[in-house]
Amino acid sequence: MKRIYLDYAATTPVDKEVLKEMLPYFSIKFGNAASLHSFGIEANKGVEKARSILAKYFNAQPEEIVFTSGATESNNLSLKGVVKQHQLKNKEKVHIITTAFEHHCVLDASKSLERFGLAEVTYILPDKDGIINVKDIEKAIKPNTLLISVMYVNNEIGTVQPIKEIGKMIKELNKKRETKIVFHTDATQAVNYFDCDVNELNVDLMSMSAHKIYGPKGVGALYVRKGTPIIRVQDGGDQENRRRAGTHNVTGIVGLGKAIEVLAKKKKKDSARIQKLRDILIKKVLKEVPNSRLNGSLTKRSPNNANFSFKGIEGESLLMMLDNMGVACSTGSACSSQSLEPSHVILSLGLKHEDAHSSLRMTLGKYTKKEEITFAVRALKETIKRLRGVSGDVLSDYYSKK
Amino acid sequence: MHPRNRGKLKNPSGTGMVGNPICGDIMKIYIKVKEKNGKEILDDIKFETLGCASAIATSSMVTELAKGKTLAEAKKISKKDVADALEGLPPIKMHCSNLAEEALRDAIKDYESRSKK
Repeated sequence: MKRIYLDYAATTPVDKEVLKEMLPYFSIKFGNAASLHSFGIEANKGVEKARSILAKYFNAQPEEIVFTSGATESNNLSLKGVVKQHQLKNKEKVHIITTAFEHHCVLDASKSLERFGLAEVTYILPDKDGIINVKDIEKAIKPNTLLISVMYVNNEIGTVQPIKEIGKMIKELNKKRETKIVFHTDATQAVNYFDCDVNELNVDLMSMSAHKIYGPKGVGALYVRKGTPIIRVQDGGDQENRRRAGTHNVTGIVGLGKAIEVLAKKKKKDSARIQKLRDILIKKVLKEVPNSRLNGSLTKRSPNNANFSFKGIEGESLLMMLDNMGVACSTGSACSSQSLEPSHVILSLGLKHEDAHSSLRMTLGKYTKKEEITFAVRALKETIKRLRGVSGDVLSDYYSKK
Repeated sequence: MHPRNRGKLKNPSGTGMVGNPICGDIMKIYIKVKEKNGKEILDDIKFETLGCASAIATSSMVTELAKGKTLAEAKKISKKDVADALEGLPPIKMHCSNLAEEALRDAIKDYESRSKK
């Protein structure tokens, strides 16, 4: 059976060129990048080449790039590393501002800091279109605000946040503040499609993952602006300027570097083509599937993301039936998560629980073809019809009973 | 996926509905009770379910197990019977079999309270 992958936001296949670049570092140039001999030196060359590529792409200095195991680690390092550094001089609780619809790693890192009494956190809600208002962030700022973390592109609904504007606002405020606010953005879902120039964005910290941009899993990076007060969270050796201990994942880092290089060449062309296909998908679904809605702004949205809710449908059963037909997507339904909790992102838009349970995320990528979209829409229509045949009127019966 | 007994009954003898949109599963069971040989039999039974694959499977299975049984027998159908008939459910899905058992009992209770009037 032909399989159609529409879950590029979850992960991406490694690009041919990336794989080719990585291979020698497995068994030929296999040295530990920290070793002083020739084996270490040649491995280190691969790491530093990747570092330069990333620095150039993000308009940063090479020493401002820290390699990690991925965005989850980068996000944890950002939040915990900044707070810990501050705690060395000042034991008082700090204030953090973030959003209610961040990726779980940012939310959980924040909650962990709350639990340990190190920080109080304000979670800003997006508007109903899934966009954070700069004014809401500004209003929440207090004298003891130390860190603000806002994701660039939301991973579930693809909406694009005003990072540049928030950064500018913070930069202005910092001119008059004794304790400067550190601004972090999780750019994991943005790197593929949006401008990530750190000076344009006015960010101090920026996280990313290789496996979202056709690179390998298990590696990512954190941009750390020179002078940002941050201490390492993973202790051990002196790698990464004592910012992040651990033997370099040389193959992964080399892959990450190549993935960025490939991206830089094809970004504009791929983005335009993907957006066109995605718009066809959205148009068809909203037109041909009754009682369907798009979650999040259509215009301030990542070119590859479509997130729908379908009345009278539950996401996990939808996902399984689509998978049986070869179409792979993801859902915000509770039944599909280990915690049995529905998507906090959909709920943060002010939508109801059944909208979260009936949500379907379809994300396209550079290998997505038009025929795949056509097939996926057909499969979706058929599946929804069948599932609505099973659910009948239970939802409206439930509400009329109340 | 073509679960058996899906749909509604016109003029059901009883209906039972469990679940809610917050947890994400809603099940409704319709039953038709007829007298045969002096006993009350679940002559026909249908279900509608908004829920995950396990919720659909357990509600369909409970109707399969209950169809044609006496009311007394149907009342004894447990969530374990449902899970066993499906040859097991993943632990995180066991609560779906609770709902199925509850929905059936709810429908029978509804019939009994109607017939008392």
